[in-house]
Amino acid sequence: MTDITAPTRTRFSFHVLGPLLALVALIILGASLNSNFLSYGNVTNVLARSAFIGIIAVGMTFVITAGGIDLSVGSMAAFVAGVMILSMNALVPTLGIGVPLVATGMAIALLAGLAAGLLNGLLIAKARIEAFIVTLGAMGVYRSLTTWLADGGTLSLNFDARTFYRPVYYDGLFGIAWPILVFALVAILGEMAMRKTPFGRHCAALGANEQVARYSAIRVDLVRMSTYVLLGGLVGLATIMYVPRLGSASGSTGVLWELEAIAAVIIGGTILKGGYGRVWGTVVGVLILSLIDNILNLASIVSPYLNGTIQGVIVILAVVLQRQGRSAD
Amino acid sequence: MKRRDMFKGALLGLAAATAFTAPATAQDESYTIGVAIPSATHGFMGGLNYHAQAAIARLEETYPQLSFVLATAGDAGKMVNDIEDMVATRDIDALVVLPFESEPLTSPVQAVKEQGIWVTVVDRGLSVPGIEDLYVAGDNTGFGRVAGEYFAQTLDEGDNVVVLRGIPTTLDNERVDAFEAAIEGSGINVLDMQHGNWNRDDAFNVMQDFLSKYDDIDAVWAADDDMAIGVLEAINQANRNDEMWVVGGAGMKEIIKRIMDGDPQLPVNVTYPPAQIATAIELTALGLVSATPVAGRFIIGSQIITPDNAAQFYFPDSPF
Repeated sequence: MTDITAPTRTRFSFHVLGPLLALVALIILGASLNSNFLSYGNVTNVLARSAFIGIIAVGMTFVITAGGIDLSVGSMAAFVAGVMILSMNALVPTLGIGVPLVATGMAIALLAGLAAGLLNGLLIAKARIEAFIVTLGAMGVYRSLTTWLADGGTLSLNFDARTFYRPVYYDGLFGIAWPILVFALVAILGEMAMRKTPFGRHCAALGANEQVARYSAIRVDLVRMSTYVLLGGLVGLATIMYVPRLGSASGSTGVLWELEAIAAVIIGGTILKGGYGRVWGTVVGVLILSLIDNILNLASIVSPYLNGTIQGVIVILAVVLQRQGRSAD
Repeated sequence: MKRRDMFKGALLGLAAATAFTAPATAQDESYTIGVAIPSATHGFMGGLNYHAQAAIARLEETYPQLSFVLATAGDAGKMVNDIEDMVATRDIDALVVLPFESEPLTSPVQAVKEQGIWVTVVDRGLSVPGIEDLYVAGDNTGFGRVAGEYFAQTLDEGDNVVVLRGIPTTLDNERVDAFEAAIEGSGINVLDMQHGNWNRDDAFNVMQDFLSKYDDIDAVWAADDDMAIGVLEAINQANRNDEMWVVGGAGMKEIIKRIMDGDPQLPVNVTYPPAQIATAIELTALGLVSATPVAGRFIIGSQIITPDNAAQFYFPDSPF
C-alpha cells in the first residue's frame, strides 16, 4: 500500500503537475478575461481571502493523510471567533485597547482551537468513534453554540478594539498582507513537517495501514490525536486572521469551510483514503478554488446561478487530470 | 400514529365544543395563543425571536386572560410536531405560525384550522390559499421598489451601480425585479449583479472583485444589512469610501445607528421588519379579546429609513 505512491509519482509526472497545470490554466484564463486580474490589488485580495481556508486545509492535509476526516472545522472557526470576540469585549475594561488585549485574544483563540481539536482527537483516537461521526456531531454542536452565544444575531468586536486589531488583516510587511505571510509560513512548515519529520511519515504510515504502523512501533493513537490537535490549532490561527477582517462572527460564519478545505486537499493530490499527503498540492488546491470564484466575479460570462456548476466541474476535472494513469495501479 | 390522531381529534372536538358552548362573558374568558416560528439561526430570525418574545411579554401584562405558548423549530418537521403538541396538550384558541417551509406546513396548519382554531400565517404563505384567517407579511416587491426609487431619484443618468443579490430564491427574484423596474428609464447603468447570499463574508469577496473590475462605481445596492457590512469593509480596504454610497436593507441596528449619525456612505435603508411577528401576535390577540375585526391580509409596507426618521426604527436591545 505504502509503495503505490512512490512509483506513481516518478512514472507519471502529470500526476504531480496536474493541479499546477490547472492553476496555470486558470491564471491565463483570468488574465485574458480581465486586465485587472493580475493587478497587485486583485492578487492580494485573492491570496488574503484564501488564507483562512488555506491555513485550515494545511492541517486537514495531515488529518486526511492519516486516514481521518474533520467536518467540524467551519463551525469550529465560527465558535472560536465567537469566543474570541466575547472574551476580548469582556477584557476591554481591564486591559484597555492595545497589544495586550489583542495578544490575549489571540492566545484565547489558539487555546480554544487546540482544545476543540483535542476533544475531537480524544473521541476519535481514545474512544474509538469514527472520525466522520465525531466531527459531524461537533459540526452541529459548534454551529449551534455560536448561534446561542450570539443570541441568534451577530457578535461584534468592540469598535475601538477592532480599529486597533484591523491592521492584522489589512496591513503587512513589504506590501504583502499578514494573512498571506502567515499562510505561506504555515504552508512551508507544513510541507517540511510532512516531508522531513517522523510525524509526517507516521501520518502517512497510519493512513496507509494502521496494523502495519502499529507493528512498526508507531504510537498510532498519539499520531492520530496529534493530527486533530494540529488542525484545531490551525483553525484557531485562521480565526486570528479572520476576526480583524469584519470584526464579527455569527451563525453563518465559516459555513462550508470544511468542504472547501477537504476539496482543496483532494485537488492537491492527497488521497482521501489516507496514506499519502502533499501540502504544497493543498496550497495549489486552495488557490484554484479561490481563483474560480474570483474569475467568475470578474468575468461575469455566465449566469451567476451557474457558478456552483462551474466550480464543481473544475474541481472534478482537476482531480481527473492528476489521477490519469492511476488506473494502471 | 392513527390511533393517536383519532384520540387527539376527539379531545379537540370536546375542547371546541366546550369553547363554543361556554357563555360569552368576554371578561372571564381565558385564551391560549400558540406561536410557532423558526429558531434564531441568523440575524433576521434572531430579531424575529426577540420581537416575538417582547410582544408576548407585553400582551401577557396587558391582557391577564391571555396565555401564550412559544415554540421555535430548527426544521419543518419539528415545527409540525410543535403545532400538533400545542393543539393536543395546550388546547390553543389561536395559532400564529411563520411556516418554516410552505409545502410541508400546509396540511398540518389546515388540520388545525379545521378544528376551529384561528390561524394567523406570517411572512411565508401556505401553498393552499384561503386556509388562514389572517395573513401578515413584509412586502418584497416594495422592498426592491423603494430602494430602486431612491436610486432613480438620487443618481444621474449614466451613473453606475452594482447589485449584490441574496440566496437564489423567489423572494430574491421579486426584490431584484422590482428594483430593476423602478430604475428603468432613469439612465442608471447596472454594471453587475452577483450573489452575496445574505452573508457578510461572501459579500466582502464579491465587492472586492467588483472593485477590481470596475473603476467607476457610484452606488451599491447591497439589498441586506449583513451584506452591506461586508461591502463597506471592502470599499474601505480599497480606499474608495468617497466614491460611492451603499443601501442595505432590513434595518439592522448597527446600520440604523450609522444612518442616525448621518454617515454619508449609508444615506438610507429600506425596512423589512422582523417585528412583523409582533404585528401578527398583537392582531391575533386583539381579535380574541375584543370585537375588533382582524381577518384578512396585512402587508407591512417597506419604508425608507432616512437620518430624520431613523430613531423610530432603532431597537438597541434587539440582536438584529
